[in-house]
Amino acid sequence: MTTQPLLSVKDIRKTYGGRIGCTDVSFDLYPGEVMGIVGESGSGKSTLLNCMAGHLPPDSGQVLFDTRDRGMVDTLTMSEPERRMLSRTDWAFVHQHARDGLRMGVSAGGNVGERLMAVGARHYGNIRSQAIDWLGRVEINEDRVDDKPSAFSGGMQQRLQIARNLVTGPRLVFMDEPTGGLDVSVQARLLDLLRGLVREMGLSAIIVTHDLAVVRLLADRLMVMKSGHVVEHGLTDQVLDDPQHAYTQLLVSSVLQV
Amino acid sequence: MTQTLPPVIRIEDVSKSFTLHNQGSAVIPVMQGATFDVMPGECVALTGNSGAGKSTLMRMIYGNYLSESGHIWVGDTDVANAEPREIIALRRATLGYVSQFLRVVPRVPTIEVVAEPLLTVGVDRETAFAKARDLLSRLNIPETLWGLSPTTFSGGEQQRVNIARGFAHEYPAMLLDEPTASLDATNRETVLSLIEEAKARGAAIIGIFHDALARERVADREIDVSAFTPAKAA
Repeated sequence: MTTQPLLSVKDIRKTYGGRIGCTDVSFDLYPGEVMGIVGESGSGKSTLLNCMAGHLPPDSGQVLFDTRDRGMVDTLTMSEPERRMLSRTDWAFVHQHARDGLRMGVSAGGNVGERLMAVGARHYGNIRSQAIDWLGRVEINEDRVDDKPSAFSGGMQQRLQIARNLVTGPRLVFMDEPTGGLDVSVQARLLDLLRGLVREMGLSAIIVTHDLAVVRLLADRLMVMKSGHVVEHGLTDQVLDDPQHAYTQLLVSSVLQV
Repeated sequence: MTQTLPPVIRIEDVSKSFTLHNQGSAVIPVMQGATFDVMPGECVALTGNSGAGKSTLMRMIYGNYLSESGHIWVGDTDVANAEPREIIALRRATLGYVSQFLRVVPRVPTIEVVAEPLLTVGVDRETAFAKARDLLSRLNIPETLWGLSPTTFSGGEQQRVNIARGFAHEYPAMLLDEPTASLDATNRETVLSLIEEAKARGAAIIGIFHDALARERVADREIDVSAFTPAKAA
């Protein structure tokens, strides 16, 4: 297996004053792979995700991404316009709270169309039909296209956020607790949707969650964090079925049937 | 004819112990010196008392248990020392596993659960679904259930869906954990035929069969895993 990684994270460290957010984090993510990051609140998983996605500047380290035109480039030292372009095209970020990733005052169709316009789409009819196509793919009825997200349920808002993010055909999606705060039946629907999209579009994804059942179903690989450090890393079912680190053993044994 | 082909699965001097960090760091050795080969078209039955390590060994071959030392070759991949992505690729195309429990995303229809392994190796939807329909009919899952999620099915139905899913793609190597348990005579017969067909196309199979008649019928050889159980620490 000689494929080049899509994302290569090297020695990321982020501190808040004297306190460690995350440190010594390195890994490669390959095309089509889904990686889960689990750990309790305060373990550094969201800090790490935000450092990788360019939302937080790490103290040190590199986040190399296989760009379409220049190959592996460190996204942390990239120019601001270039990084913004990347986050609109090849990258996507799904927030835990849909309202952080949506424009609440703009219609559902507008939320999806806006991202297309940001990459240069100008034909209104095409934008609208693509937006409707994507709303359908996330199971939002066409007759809701002109409604604002504030009129949507939590689960619908989350699906709309996913449509907005995926419409430009990104290669890498960062997700922060994508199923958090949703009731179980809505979670199941979202999981099914995400799995289908990952398979059909060949997406790579990094999913931060504290829900082990979610990673079991969605992630190929799993990274376990505690106090800012990666304590265990491997194939998802291996980490869950045969955990090696004391913390992972505690985590797995604390859950009812994953 | 098969003598000239290399083994599909080669297990070499494999060992394993569990360290229970939250129970006084107790170290429990469970496997030592496991060594055997499985040839194409051959079915090997793992035997031994409950707790001897049959399931442990099977999970080590599938890669969801880590091996401490040794090699587990499945085709060209050494599962005992491979990167996660190599194991993922191996499981996608080469190594199938029919466990005793069906684990699926809720809400996904049965027909898609069965077709999924084919879709992930790039088979077109029409062919994949035709194969899934064929397997579900053979295993007597009523057509009215195909569009429903198997999460609400009875235990026996879930197991048959699991078997259909496991046999959808023609894996060169297969692990079967109690494939005939809790099946009625007709379905048991179908599963045994599926195993025989897999052998006939050259699959190497490792199985755990508590059903002695099933074992005698499909297994070419038995391996008693208690031979690999480490001597009890003094």
